[in-house]
Amino acid sequence: MARIELDLAHSYKANPRQDEDYALLPLKMTFEDGGAYALLGPSGCGKTTMLNIMSGLVVPSQGTVRFDGQDVTRATPQARNIAQVFQFPVIYDTMTVAENLGFPLRNRRVPADQIKKRVGEIAEMLDMSGQLNQRASGLSADAKQKISLGRGLVRSDVSAVLFDEPLTVIDPHLKWQLRRKLKQIHNELKLTLIYVTHDQVEALTFAQQVVVMTRGRAVQMGPAAELFERPSHSFVGYFIGSPGMNFLPVTSDGNSLKCCGVPLGQARAGQSLPAGNLKLGVRPEFVERVEPHIPGALPMVLKQVQDVGTHFIWSASIDGHVVKARLAVGAGATALGETVWFRVLGDKSCIYQNEEIVA
Amino acid sequence: MSDTTKPVNQKAWFLILPVLVCVAFSAILPLMTVVNYSVQDIISPERRIFVGTEWFAAIMRDEELHGALWRQMQFSLAVLLIEIPLGILLALSMPATGWKSSATLVLVSLSLLIPWNVVGTIWQIFGRADIGLMGAALQGMGIDYSYTGNATHAWLTVLLMDVWHWTPLVGLLGYAGLRAIPDAYYQAARIDGASKWAVFWYVQLPKMRGVLVIAVLLRFMDSFMIYTEPFVLTGGGPGNSTTFLSQFLTQKAVGQFDLGPAAAFSLIYFLIILLLCFVLFNWMQRVGTQPKEGGNG
Repeated sequence: MARIELDLAHSYKANPRQDEDYALLPLKMTFEDGGAYALLGPSGCGKTTMLNIMSGLVVPSQGTVRFDGQDVTRATPQARNIAQVFQFPVIYDTMTVAENLGFPLRNRRVPADQIKKRVGEIAEMLDMSGQLNQRASGLSADAKQKISLGRGLVRSDVSAVLFDEPLTVIDPHLKWQLRRKLKQIHNELKLTLIYVTHDQVEALTFAQQVVVMTRGRAVQMGPAAELFERPSHSFVGYFIGSPGMNFLPVTSDGNSLKCCGVPLGQARAGQSLPAGNLKLGVRPEFVERVEPHIPGALPMVLKQVQDVGTHFIWSASIDGHVVKARLAVGAGATALGETVWFRVLGDKSCIYQNEEIVA
Repeated sequence: MSDTTKPVNQKAWFLILPVLVCVAFSAILPLMTVVNYSVQDIISPERRIFVGTEWFAAIMRDEELHGALWRQMQFSLAVLLIEIPLGILLALSMPATGWKSSATLVLVSLSLLIPWNVVGTIWQIFGRADIGLMGAALQGMGIDYSYTGNATHAWLTVLLMDVWHWTPLVGLLGYAGLRAIPDAYYQAARIDGASKWAVFWYVQLPKMRGVLVIAVLLRFMDSFMIYTEPFVLTGGGPGNSTTFLSQFLTQKAVGQFDLGPAAAFSLIYFLIILLLCFVLFNWMQRVGTQPKEGGNG
């Protein structure tokens, strides 16, 4: 178990000049011992690179990796005592399930009876006790990935267990079970778990702390509620939530805001804003439909109402800017093309300048 | 008829007719002429006598054949035992990326590009005690080396020549097999703390199984039919120490014009290769994939 500190940047190119050359832009980050973390971001955002740097498969081109304060930047995965589970199942074809699970222990010369005991526990946890003596190569993709997970968890003394989108090949029903299992394992063993995914539901339900990444940058780290309510970067607002945050261009005179010529009122009582062009972000959950002509409400043209089961998503636009609102009721008598009034500025709305939050 | 059952229509079989015709003319008919010779004594086109299995019985009692078959078995076995491990070693030591890998590929395949009779000639000169690099060097070291005079030397030289000529093929096949292993396997093995040997034994070798089956079959068939190189190098001698089956057969058919026994033996030769390939293939497909008993951890 270890506290992992990163202070680094990485480029796969020899001489990086501009930001685009970097797989990971300079970042500083700490993963506390025993925490459950998720790295969340779209494909190609650098999350797997970050994971591989932590595990020691990739040496960062600049900076250091510290485990409990000790510099391990150039140490091998073995020396770091890290476990990692990959996106696609990796199994040793010629071995049985039990031998597969016990392989990391056998390589570390753990006595045979201890291996057997530990493999038994892990198999129990993964519901694979009945298959221990089967040859692993003949199993389904699901079962193979469970073996890979098991190999990641079989050592109880690891610094951290890293998961690289481990549930991609697993079918949805089993996905749920395994995710709960992982959470349970985390609570029982207090291992540091770091989980890479592009699925926000997976990240938000699994982790205590979520790191949101885009284009080689870690834009925010925080618990699920914070990412939802106060996204510190507009990308986080856009990426998390379904649908994501609405963004509207606004102008500020230092105190109150205007959008498309309509005054919206003061952002927050007694809080000053930078003057000029800003961006207002509001989640569909916090958009209010109000009576016509109420001060601070935006008149918008209704474009679409979507029934998503438990509620309705209303889409309306003003000057080509679309706002989605999550409302409890359907359109009713309101026809498409009619004007509806939305209040977008409130306690839960955020204001961005150059994509960074300012209020 | 319900919607789920397909109508039975066997007309598609006609589609394989062209292939059947091609194979008939290129393989089956020529083979049948051999069968024809093997069961008749043909003195002239008009005078032919059906002799049944007489030629088969006669050739199977031939002492020379026993000698050639025995030598052939030893030779093919030696070829496999040397070339397969050596080829795997070669594949493992070839660089994986960059210009070095391209350069190595070209260098390694050089010997495969040389016509077989030229290979024989090269080694004939290479092994000569007076002007050959290897022959003269061995002489210089005090070894009385002569592939024309000493049966063991001749046999070893033919074997060495085959290793030189064909190990690269095994190497290239193995290399292709190695490159097809996803990186994740190596990464997982590193995370699992596997030693280099364990990576080879549990990852690389099992993943190379497919190409190695092909390599073993190819090397077995080719070495079992070897003709040109020893013919050029030693002519089967000294004595008949390097006379393998093909050369024995040629002597019978072309040299002595014993077409009956030669045809009978051709068929037996063909069946031996078929049988051994079948056995080898099945064995290699199964080894390491059988369900294990017990085996915990």
